[in-house]
Formats: sequence, structure tokens, C-alpha cells
Amino acid sequence: MKTAKRNFARTLDLAHGRVEMSHGAGGRAMAQLIAELFAAAFDNPYLATGNDGALLAHAQGRLVMSCDSHVVSPLFFAGGDIGCLSVHGTINDVAMMGATPMYLAASFILEEGFPLADLRRIVESMANAARTAGVPIVTGDTKVVEQGKGDGVFITTTGVGVARDGITLSGDKAQPGDAILLSGTIGDHGMAVLSQRENLTLDPPIVSDTAALHGLVEVLLDSGATLRVLRDPTRGGLAATLNEIAKQSGVGMMLHESAIAVNEPVEAACEFLGLDPLYVANEGKLVAICQRQDAQRLLEAMRGHPLARRASIIGEIVEDAHCFVQMTTRMGGRRIVDWLAGEQLPRIC
Amino acid sequence: MKYIDEFRDGALAGNIAANIAREAAAASGYRLMEFCGGHTHAISRYGIADLLPANVRMIHGPGCPVCVLPIGRLDQAIRLVRQHGVILCTYADAMRVPCSDNLTLMRAKAGGADVRMVYSTQDALHIARANPQRQVVFFALGFETTTPPTAVAVRQARLERLQNFSILCNHVLTPAAMHAILSIEGGAGLDGFVGPAHVSTVIGSRPYAPFSTDYGKPVVIAGFEPLDVMQAILMLVRQINDGRAQVENEFTRAVTPEGNPKAQALVAEVFSLRESFEWRGLGTVAGSALRLRSEFAEFDAEARFGVEYVAVADHKACECGAILRGEKRPQDCRIFGTACTPDTPVGSCMVSSEGACAAHYSYGRFREAAR
Repeated sequence: MKTAKRNFARTLDLAHGRVEMSHGAGGRAMAQLIAELFAAAFDNPYLATGNDGALLAHAQGRLVMSCDSHVVSPLFFAGGDIGCLSVHGTINDVAMMGATPMYLAASFILEEGFPLADLRRIVESMANAARTAGVPIVTGDTKVVEQGKGDGVFITTTGVGVARDGITLSGDKAQPGDAILLSGTIGDHGMAVLSQRENLTLDPPIVSDTAALHGLVEVLLDSGATLRVLRDPTRGGLAATLNEIAKQSGVGMMLHESAIAVNEPVEAACEFLGLDPLYVANEGKLVAICQRQDAQRLLEAMRGHPLARRASIIGEIVEDAHCFVQMTTRMGGRRIVDWLAGEQLPRIC
Repeated sequence: MKYIDEFRDGALAGNIAANIAREAAAASGYRLMEFCGGHTHAISRYGIADLLPANVRMIHGPGCPVCVLPIGRLDQAIRLVRQHGVILCTYADAMRVPCSDNLTLMRAKAGGADVRMVYSTQDALHIARANPQRQVVFFALGFETTTPPTAVAVRQARLERLQNFSILCNHVLTPAAMHAILSIEGGAGLDGFVGPAHVSTVIGSRPYAPFSTDYGKPVVIAGFEPLDVMQAILMLVRQINDGRAQVENEFTRAVTPEGNPKAQALVAEVFSLRESFEWRGLGTVAGSALRLRSEFAEFDAEARFGVEYVAVADHKACECGAILRGEKRPQDCRIFGTACTPDTPVGSCMVSSEGACAAHYSYGRFREAAR
């Protein structure tokens, strides 16, 4: 994959062209797609070597690795697209381990017939997200499947990072008495995608919160608070993430509904579709569990970061052999915030 | 959010709860049935049971569209989609209801059947227009709330001469189900009803009159917001304390005595009464469901594809029937929370979040655990 100019008969028609089977066949067409689209956009010395792998000279210490597949419909939504999402998602998974994300790998499955203009938009969005985050995409792969056997584009990204010395964060470390913090509003990403998919016109529109959180994580690690768990509540929403942690740690949780912020259009769309924002995906939020006495300090550190201005302490870890995540409601009652059963389905009436 | 937060106000809820506690001291017990799954859901989701004194007990009624659908009706839908190769459009709740052969519509879909989740009857029409070479069947289910939109779709299909659209009609009627419940020992087990919210916006408050006059049961129609439910409970406690049995309307912001005449006219134009219909839990109830009028018979999927209804017995251990009749509570069923969970539902009450069992499992099972 040399960046030196190759002698392709004519340049890719990125305005009107479409993905063809030959773009994944290993021949000249594939080389051209990689050179003129991927390598041009991601542009870094690792890709420029043209090897099948990347030599990661600077990754030393305790390495963290994570991978994430992205299938989203629609591919473009208010606040982002599958491209930046695939960069943010993996950066965040690495960061939640208390690590600094350093490198990304990206694998594309393209459907025959997919417009190259859309692909370019996606790739440029990825490149932009990676550049802004300071995490280069150092290696990748492309395959093409026949029309009808894919959904436009699937993107899998893998991230490698280095854990900060002395920091070991894990979902099994929550202890009774610990505080649970949330970095902001919930449900924005899921409802942005769903409202667009269902043609719900909302004013103002719901904007995805997709963002790379490693900068925020640095701030939290620097705060001096004793952190136990960091996790980004993506698929399954806040409810799924908290239930996972409760189970891993063998503890219960008591949340306070009034402390959990939901943007008004998200709340409205959820009401309309019969969904509960607690179960709706986020792509730019994190849950932090810390020692009780550090909660205030951690909260202030969070709120000092632009991605967590609306952070709050949403509850505490309690002893509970059933590992129930419970919540005091705004009405003054109590309920369980359960695991999602199957997928969240809208109610009939 | 405006018009929502006002009805979820914790301070107001505290006031109403204090009034209920004080006034409910007058009698030893109040057994109140909330007919609708929407109310069941609100009671569970907002933890309303915690705000009620121990002697006010809420009994979850059968007003959950998928809960009352017998297995045979789902089997029929599955036969349509698997044997006749139709595109079956359904509201999402019905996707996970277990039926014969360990199937659900969702599993049938995974096995290659073309089942599509829709939000409205208009989506189903759209799918029919977009697939002229395929037969598209809308799985029409629900109470009076979802019936008018089905009527609109059928009328539209006739207007457009859509040859490939039909409905599998399972629309049911609320008052008939309430009669069926009260016919059990004359309704001795119940002191009053929290009346339906959305259903009443369509049918109005008048159809509930017989429950107060003939059965002597107070009915308070209530909205689906938690404060609506609390206020309705207080109004019921007051009626019972006063020895009154009236139809009262807490949901005046949406429900009138006559309901929505336009919707009623639409339904009357397209549907007629079925002589009888089998309900899960209530058995066969006369005059409790709708079918397409003969003028619209061409849109009846049962006739078009010749899929007959075959009754199927419920799972032996499942207590959905007794729970839907208000005779048992979810936690009284011996498979509740063990063999039957929202991930592995045996009965239909465990499927929809409006179902009594799913609501109790998902939101309230910490209460038993605490004992």
C-alpha cells in the first residue's frame, strides 16, 4: 500500500461509482480502492509501509485490546455516522480499562453496489474521528459481499492501548458503599438512530452523543479518586451496563431516578414509542464507580470536562445476594431496573 | 417534559398517598382491579405499590392485548406466514408470545418466515404497496384503542383496490371482558375498577354504566400516568367508603361520556360483532370480539387463506388464566421466576411489559426477595 502514485488507468469515480465485487478480489481494483480512498484518508506512516500488519513500536507496558463490530441502520444519523461511531466505540472500550488508546485497526465488509460517495463520507468521518482523537488507524482489511448479502457497510475496529501504571479497573471491583456516577444524559444515541429510522420528525432533532471518551477518562484518572469500575453504557443502555457490573461484582445497586438526566426530545421520543431511556444505547457516556468518600471529587473532575457537564451521582452500591439493580422512583416508590429481556419492543397501546 | 412531568410529581404523589392511607383506614380491605395493562405497567414502573397501604391491593386485569390472545390465534398467524408465505406485519409485543411447537413469531422469523414489526397499520399498507407480488397480512390485535386504525387501513385498502392486503382480525372488546370477570361469583372478589384510559377515549365513559348499576361496582376511568392512577385509587376508596357505585372519570382531559364518535362510526362501518371469541384466561366469551363486515370480507385473511382457528390448551403449569381473572397473583404461580421469566416466557402474561407477570418480575420481584 505505497502512497506513491500508482498508474491506475483512471481514478476511482468517488462521486458516482459503486462498490463492485472486484474491489474485494485482491487485484488492481482493490489496490486502487485502498490507495485512493482508505490510505489517502487515514494517511499515516504505518499504512504507508504497505505491509499486511503494523509494527507497534511504542506500545509498551500492560496492553489493553478490544474490538467492536458496527452495524447500524441508517448509516448516517444526526450527530454522526457508522464511520466515527466505529472509531469512538473502540477507543471508548479501551479507555474504560483505564488505558490510553494508541492504535486502531479497521475491517470493512462492503456490499456490492454500495455508492462510493457514501463510502467516502464514512471513511472521511472515520479519518477525522481518529485524527481528532489522536489514535491512528494503522492497519485494515476490505472484503466485498454480493448484493443482498450485506447491509451497505459493516465495520469492525480493534483498538490497542496501554493501561496506566497502578490502575486496574474491572467490573468485578464494585463494593457496597461505593458511589455510582454517570457522565451525562442517557438515550441520545439510540433515539437519534431510531427516530431517524422510523421517520420521527422531532424539533429539535435528537443528536447522537457519539464521542471519544479517552480524554475524559484521563481527567478521571488524574483526579486522584479511587476508581473501581469505568464502563460505557452502549447497547442495552444504562440498565444493561449496571446489571452487568452488579453481577460481576456480586453486589446490588440503589439508583435514584431524579438524578438520571434525560434530554427532553429523547424523553418525548421514548414516550411516543413506548421505550424506556434506561435501556437505550449511548455512545458518549460513561459510568464510574468509586469509593464513596471520593465521589464529590470525581464528580467535580467530571463536570470540568466538556463531555460531562451534566454528570451526576446516580446511586450507590449495596449488599444484595440477588444482585438486583433497584431504583427509587420520582414518585417515591421503588422498582427493579432489570436486565433487558430479548430486545426492547414497543408496547401496543 | 411538559404535560408529562406534571403527572409524575413526587410531592403530589405523596399527598395523594397520605390521603389514601388516611381514608382507607375505614375498611379492612380494598381489592381494586386495574383493567388495563397500561395501568399495570405504570403501577410497576413507578413503584406505586410502595405508596399504598397494605389493605389496598391492586389486582391486575386482562387488559393487555397479547396476554389475552390464546395460543391458537398465534398458531394461526404462524401457519399463515409459514404455509402461505405471506408477509406478516405485527405490533412488536406479539413477536415473543410462545405458541405451539415451541415457536414464537420471532423464532419463525429467524427460521425464514417473513414477519415484520410495524408501528402502525399505515406501515403495513406501505409494505403491501411496495410488494405487489406478495400477500401482506396485518395481524390486527388489541382492544378498542387499536381497532380504529385497523378500520382506516381496511377502508384505504379497498379504496386503493389493494389485492394483496388482508388482516387477521383479533380485535376484542373491553366491556365484554369486564362482564366476563364479574360473572365469576358475581364479582365477589372485587371492590372496584380502575377503568381503561386509551380505550375510554374511543368508547367514552357510558359503556361502563352497567358495572355500577347491575353489579354495584364503582369504576373510575384513569389516565396512564402515575398520578392519574393514584388519584383514581383515592376516588375508588372514597366511593367504597361512601357506599357508592358510580362511573367516575379522572381522565377528563381525554375522555368524554360519548367518546370519539368518528372512531366509533369507522369501526361500525368496517367491523361487526363476533358471536363468540376465545380469550386466554376468560375462556369463550359471547359478543366479545370483532370480525370484518361482509362488505369487507375480501380483506379477511382467515377466509382468503382458509386458516381456521384451532383452540390449543395452555401449558399445564401456567397460571396466566387465573392471573388474568384476578384470582391469583403472579408470584402465586409455581413457575413464576423459575421456568417462566421474561427471557423464557411460558405464558403470555410474562411477555409484554404490560403483562402482570412480566411487570411484577421486571419491576417488583425484590419484594418477595426481601421476605
